[in-house]
Amino acid sequence: MALGVYLTFRVLDFPDLTVDQSFTTGAATTAMIILGGGSPWLATAAGFVTGALAGLITGLLHTKAHINGLLAGILTMTALYSINLRVMDGKANLSLLREDTIFTPLAEAGVQGTWLGIGLFLLGAAVVKVLLDWFLYTDAGLAMQATGDNPDMIRSFGVNTDHQKMLGLCLSNGLVGLAGSLVAQYQGFADIGMGIGLIVVGLASVILGQGLFGSRTVVISTLAVILGSIVYRLVITVALQAGLNPSDMKLISAVLVILALVVPQLQFFRRRREKHQASEAARLVDELTDTPATEKAGA
Amino acid sequence: MLTIDNVHKTFFAGTVNERRALAGVSLTLGEGDFLTVIGSNGAGKSTILNTISGTLIPDTGTVRVDDHDVTRLPEHKRARYLSRVFQDPMKGSSPTMTVEQNMAIALQRGKSRGLAPGLSGGRRELFREKLASLELGLENRLGAKVGLLSGGQRQALSLLMATFSEPRILLLDEHTAALDPQRADLVSRLTAEIVAEQRLTTVMVTHNMEQALRLGNRLIMMHEGRILFELDAEQKRSMTVPGLLEQFRRLQPGSGQEAFDDATLFETVKTDTGGAEDGR
Repeated sequence: MALGVYLTFRVLDFPDLTVDQSFTTGAATTAMIILGGGSPWLATAAGFVTGALAGLITGLLHTKAHINGLLAGILTMTALYSINLRVMDGKANLSLLREDTIFTPLAEAGVQGTWLGIGLFLLGAAVVKVLLDWFLYTDAGLAMQATGDNPDMIRSFGVNTDHQKMLGLCLSNGLVGLAGSLVAQYQGFADIGMGIGLIVVGLASVILGQGLFGSRTVVISTLAVILGSIVYRLVITVALQAGLNPSDMKLISAVLVILALVVPQLQFFRRRREKHQASEAARLVDELTDTPATEKAGA
Repeated sequence: MLTIDNVHKTFFAGTVNERRALAGVSLTLGEGDFLTVIGSNGAGKSTILNTISGTLIPDTGTVRVDDHDVTRLPEHKRARYLSRVFQDPMKGSSPTMTVEQNMAIALQRGKSRGLAPGLSGGRRELFREKLASLELGLENRLGAKVGLLSGGQRQALSLLMATFSEPRILLLDEHTAALDPQRADLVSRLTAEIVAEQRLTTVMVTHNMEQALRLGNRLIMMHEGRILFELDAEQKRSMTVPGLLEQFRRLQPGSGQEAFDDATLFETVKTDTGGAEDGR
């Protein structure tokens, strides 16, 4: 989920709010297919596809209908709420407790909840991360990165930025839909409200992760995002144990994002970062002028 | 090669702000021609360049590259034929990406971008070789983020990115205007070298008359959306900056100096070429 948010917010520089409901769309699709007797793997894949379709709608609204990106996301999100209820046959909650899910074999083998189980989840996240890294380093992926970074330039090199944005939104919401599908199967139900506020959770993971672990390259960024989502969960757990109510979670999430955005602007951190950038630039100049850094320091 | 036929463009048509940016411009460039375009602010220099690049679609008239009518082709589809260097050094490359990634993007100009890795050993070798030709040491900084480079370095990189994939036509939009004199000289020299070496068909818009005379084999002076006069290679060689101004005044009686809204620039140009004037 956090990786999906990273793709739109960081790579494409597009504030996409579709996420709040495409998560539920993925979950609802999966739940209906499983309840209808379909294969849980097929159901999981369908979660990705319907999430991606939701992203495509936002993309079309933004690029073809020229609607502001934020508004396009809000419109899709609002419409999806009704669509999700339709998908779920008008019920607000679908139970999967007695159904076969992709986690059933894990539960039967007794590894769910053990370290091995956690390891398997991490492995799953790592696979998605590696796939995303690989994609962003292909010719197509480089074009997508540049679309978020400098659209004028990439257009002058023959890339249709509208297509890039739509593709990015599809991928991003596909990942979010996949996450919704997995969460529904893991917790044993799909709920119409399960996605609300998730955009903030995703953002918290992205911003916390990149703040703590850096964002120098794509490989580091995606790793930071995954670690960020774990840190986020830890913070929430600590907050719960400190006596806060589960109903306070959305407030805590929002405050966390605000903190992660504000703290780096404080004097102390700013000075540190400037120092870092200055030394980086100095190193570059040194190497370009072939002056060894040591010689300079001695002078 | 490049044919512009009777192109008109009016901004804000039918309002009080109506402005005729191009009033029937026709131009033909042969293979390997290097055209410099000068004129005062609002003369239509940038408009003509944007019409060729596809950022602007003309009201009437056609733009052709070889036998292809590209008049209404969107910008990203024209990239197959042409590439451009922007005035702003920040605009020609992607700051959070590395030098080699930027080169990889430029390499695929106008081609389909698939799922092959953007960087490979072979490509890196090619990039290193091309970057070395700039003599800025960038070939040793393939992994550096472009945002860390200086304006001059970025503009030199933009120039390389625009040219090394051999476009049919190269468009230069006052690409040295935002640089300090030393860097501007460097980029100007690189431009001359690269264009000569690859025999690129080039259109360069510039504010700097001295540069317009020094580079290229043809020159046009634009005024109020028209081509005021044109110099071929022979005439251009013997022309001087004062000569250009005199020509301009003769063709625009009455408008005199004010027509060059850029009076200060006009002055600097004059002082810059003081030597040439003394010589006459």
